[in-house]
Amino acid sequence: MAEIAPHAQPALRSMYRLQWEEAQQAWVLLYPEGMVRLNGPAAEILRRCNGATTVSSVVDDLERTFGTTGLTTDVNEFLNEAVARGWIELA
Amino acid sequence: MAGSSSPESPRPGPPLWLLAEVTYRCPLHCVYCSNPVDFAKVEDELAADDWKRVFREARALGAVQLGFSGGEPLVRDDLAELVGEAHGLGFYTNLITSGVGLNETRIGQLRAAGLDHIQVSFQDSTKEVNDFLSSTRTFELKLKVARLVKSHGYPMVLNVVLSRLNIDHIDRIIEMALALDADFLELANTQYYGWAYLNRDHLLPSRAQIEHAERVTNAYRAKIGSRMKMFFVVPDYYADRPKACMNGWGSVFLTIAPDGLALPCQAARMLPGLVFPNVRGSSVGEIWNESPAFNAYRGFGWMREPCRSCPERTRDFGGCRCQAYMLTGNATNADPVCALSPDHDRVTAAVERAQSARVLAQPLVFRERAASIERLPPA
Repeated sequence: MAEIAPHAQPALRSMYRLQWEEAQQAWVLLYPEGMVRLNGPAAEILRRCNGATTVSSVVDDLERTFGTTGLTTDVNEFLNEAVARGWIELA
Repeated sequence: MAGSSSPESPRPGPPLWLLAEVTYRCPLHCVYCSNPVDFAKVEDELAADDWKRVFREARALGAVQLGFSGGEPLVRDDLAELVGEAHGLGFYTNLITSGVGLNETRIGQLRAAGLDHIQVSFQDSTKEVNDFLSSTRTFELKLKVARLVKSHGYPMVLNVVLSRLNIDHIDRIIEMALALDADFLELANTQYYGWAYLNRDHLLPSRAQIEHAERVTNAYRAKIGSRMKMFFVVPDYYADRPKACMNGWGSVFLTIAPDGLALPCQAARMLPGLVFPNVRGSSVGEIWNESPAFNAYRGFGWMREPCRSCPERTRDFGGCRCQAYMLTGNATNADPVCALSPDHDRVTAAVERAQSARVLAQPLVFRERAASIERLPPA
């Protein structure tokens, strides 16, 4: 797994749109002629990928919000996957 | 089935994909067009207010992807107005276009209305074949439009329908898409419906042609990495199992034809014995959840053997109802693409004929209004 720098600022690529779908009771990622239904953790991470927040701030925010610690590895793993799928880019 | 227990069908999931065929009018005359051969009988297109109501009702049911298709959707002057309504409702909006009619002003209006994505079709990478297959002079225009789409920051899907007549240009097609900086390239082998079915013997490639095209595509994939995603859609005539057509009848996909007819797929209006509802008379919810036509082939109860007891029925849903009807005369039969179908020889016979070069007695039929009128049943 590639190491993603803690100061990197992940952002959704412009063709993707993240939105809550009431009918599916899920966050979905929309792109040209396609859709991915996200699980809870994936959605929570992607919602914080706004191009300004750093990876370490995303982790801090998630740990604070969900009252837990040690999320760095999980977040990194997911962000790697999201980069590989072309969902996000890192600034 | 008499005597068999028939558990209540569960309520269907939402029609996630709404395809709005806003018109059958089109400046192109493509020989593989998927529009119905008798499109000329459709004259009363839905008005903008009807479409907007359809979008609202479908969105309320959970539809989220919206394709503006046709015909050529740009022939409708109110397209930007429709896109604006759809965008406001939260749809991801896709324009599926030949490119004809798209210019700086028009793309600006669509962008302002919230259009998310544009798919541009090419018939080939050469002017000669592009213009021949569409019976127009549009190649240069399409190149211009593709550059326009990118210059407005849009993600671009290039779509090229492959057939015997252009598939050997696969390397040049991929090079063209790379040069135009496409984000996705759909290399979609012709599906044999509508006009393509009329022209099937002209269009079906040989096995050697398909294998060559796949080899070249895979070599490019290895070379270009993630720069451009390529989808290679194999013609189902060469498969030994059917495609999971529409992911199952009435499962996620809803097409509204230009006259308001609601269909589980673009080709379904040809199927006899089903009365398809019209959005002019019913709400999208009634159509999707309750209409007999949309419930006709949901689940597995309608199936005959070999599908009925087949463990693969949950994966491919018996294939395509339209193909079963076109090739066997009965829409409840297994899709004869399946090697387990007793009618599989209908497919293998067409495939066999495609293996050698030959002169065909019937000329290519271009998608033209006059040709469509000729094929209308007598009044």
